[in-house]
Amino acid sequence: MQIVFPIVIDAVAYASWLFIVSLGMTLVFGVLKILNMAHGSVYAIGAYAAATAVALAAALGLPPAFSLVAMLLSAVAVAVTVGPLLERGLLARYYGRDEVVLLLVTYALFLMLEDVTKLIWGVNPYYVSEPAQLFGNVLFAGMRIGGYDLFLMVLAAVCGLITWYVLNRTTSGKIVLAVIHNPEMSASMGVNIQRVYVVAFTVGVFLAALGGAFTAPMISVQPGLSVSVIIISFAVVIIGGLGSIQGAAVGALVVGVARSLAVHLLPEIELFSIYLVMAAVLIFRPEGLFQSVKARLI
Amino acid sequence: MSATKSFQMAVVAAVVLLLAGQLAPTWLQFLVTMSASNGLAVLGIVVLMRGGGATFGQGMFFALGAYAAALAPTLLGVQDAVLRIFLGTLVAGLIGAICAPLLVRYRGIFFAMLTLALSMVMFGLLSKSSALGGSDGINIVKPTVLGMALHSGNAEYVLYCLTVVVSVAAGWLVSVYWNSAAGLMALAVRGNPLRVEYLGASARRSLGTSFVICALLGGASGSITAQALGHVEPNFANWTTSGELVFVAVLAGYRRVPAVFAASLLLEIVRSFSNLYFPNTWQLALGTFMLLVIMFRPEGLGSLWPASGRRKAEPALAVPSVTGGQS
Repeated sequence: MQIVFPIVIDAVAYASWLFIVSLGMTLVFGVLKILNMAHGSVYAIGAYAAATAVALAAALGLPPAFSLVAMLLSAVAVAVTVGPLLERGLLARYYGRDEVVLLLVTYALFLMLEDVTKLIWGVNPYYVSEPAQLFGNVLFAGMRIGGYDLFLMVLAAVCGLITWYVLNRTTSGKIVLAVIHNPEMSASMGVNIQRVYVVAFTVGVFLAALGGAFTAPMISVQPGLSVSVIIISFAVVIIGGLGSIQGAAVGALVVGVARSLAVHLLPEIELFSIYLVMAAVLIFRPEGLFQSVKARLI
Repeated sequence: MSATKSFQMAVVAAVVLLLAGQLAPTWLQFLVTMSASNGLAVLGIVVLMRGGGATFGQGMFFALGAYAAALAPTLLGVQDAVLRIFLGTLVAGLIGAICAPLLVRYRGIFFAMLTLALSMVMFGLLSKSSALGGSDGINIVKPTVLGMALHSGNAEYVLYCLTVVVSVAAGWLVSVYWNSAAGLMALAVRGNPLRVEYLGASARRSLGTSFVICALLGGASGSITAQALGHVEPNFANWTTSGELVFVAVLAGYRRVPAVFAASLLLEIVRSFSNLYFPNTWQLALGTFMLLVIMFRPEGLGSLWPASGRRKAEPALAVPSVTGGQS
């Protein structure tokens, strides 16, 4: 029990963070059919923007609790500026191309955003641990758990539930689902497809930036942040099934558990345990855990 | 183009490059060595692209070739560079042949993601293996070339010559393959694998062949690069290495072998000068260039060459047009 409890807590905490980031990626793929490599770059921009916003709030003499609001607002700001700019200004020009071509387009975008981030924020690391310190530690079953980890778990659950509710229980969500299933038919019924695309992409960007913003207090924000996030997010959405919210949740948990088991029991395989799981899932469930196999077309 | 004519052209290209290399300064010899060597890995990706697969894991075979070349002197006592290249190619090809039956069940983005996952597993294994130097990698004992010892006066040019010969030979073999029945079937698989199956051929076997060729070329590339650099490291298997190689493949397109090496040389030149003059913006330039190529030259630089009547009829996509999971 002494070893199981830390493994579970670490797994859920890591899965929560991963879920927030991967949710945006799976949503964008579901609606736009783009596996977005630049998602990791937006995550990094979110972390940088949050670091700047928290520092600004402190400089203005605002109370420490406002740093959480500052992080949220920074994610919103990143989403409303970067989302429409990338979708309308760039990706819209490549729609209709093969999925792999779109993957390469977002790879090019990832390369560009790496340098844009360096040009704006420089190469020196930023530290903003104050928001995490607000929560202190919680004693549970004789074990100390970071309060900020628990907060992230709640945040992930809220993000997942809101996204699920909006998609499945509101008119706007049902329009998005209609576009996912058949864009041409939806357009002929009067749906503004372009608006759905730009909104879905912006929400995806917001979730990536939110993930970055709320991770910033736990890490040093510096160049190279996006590289590992991209591939781990890929692993999550591939394991769960591209475009599936439930899949992203299960994928994040699978990856979280795999990593936590490796860290606690077999540290030598930590670095590739996630990819091993991803490869194993792809071998036995080629389209992920939550994807039904589609009919083949000649 | 017939095999004889392409062979004559390959010999002329090799002779011209070998002679030109003698006049070139050392830094240019090294630059061409690196670009031709990387061009081999890119050529592998292009062969696979032309055969219906898109890989994001070429780094795995690149690293396998590099580590095989690096370990050959200590484990097998192999000092000769040519033998090391052969070993690196063989090891990568064998692993490719083992992976191929599994990978040929996939298409499009799932093929790319599975190759990426396998490559990242390799990256993790190499990074954690203390016997292989961990994340620092290992240095390589300077090779001999066909009995000739390398020293500071001749090392660059001899390795340049070796790389040119291997690259031209590989390029010629690939062009022969592309014009063979198997190569043309690979093109048909790229267009529509199911139709090929209905016509009685095996799309999976064709894709498997393309994948093994891709692995062989990746291994050859890694073993030459490792010897030119004198060092190998796990980053060779990282997805960023694979991404860069895919970038060059997109730039080159799948139509012409020389376009692959031209694109690779172009990238090396851009990288060298950008590192020197714009160290913080070279990825920005690279990304912009890639977007422009995909938008205005979706078939890559190779499409700038005049096309024959038969090629004009080929499907106009730089990468496989078939998406989805299992074939």
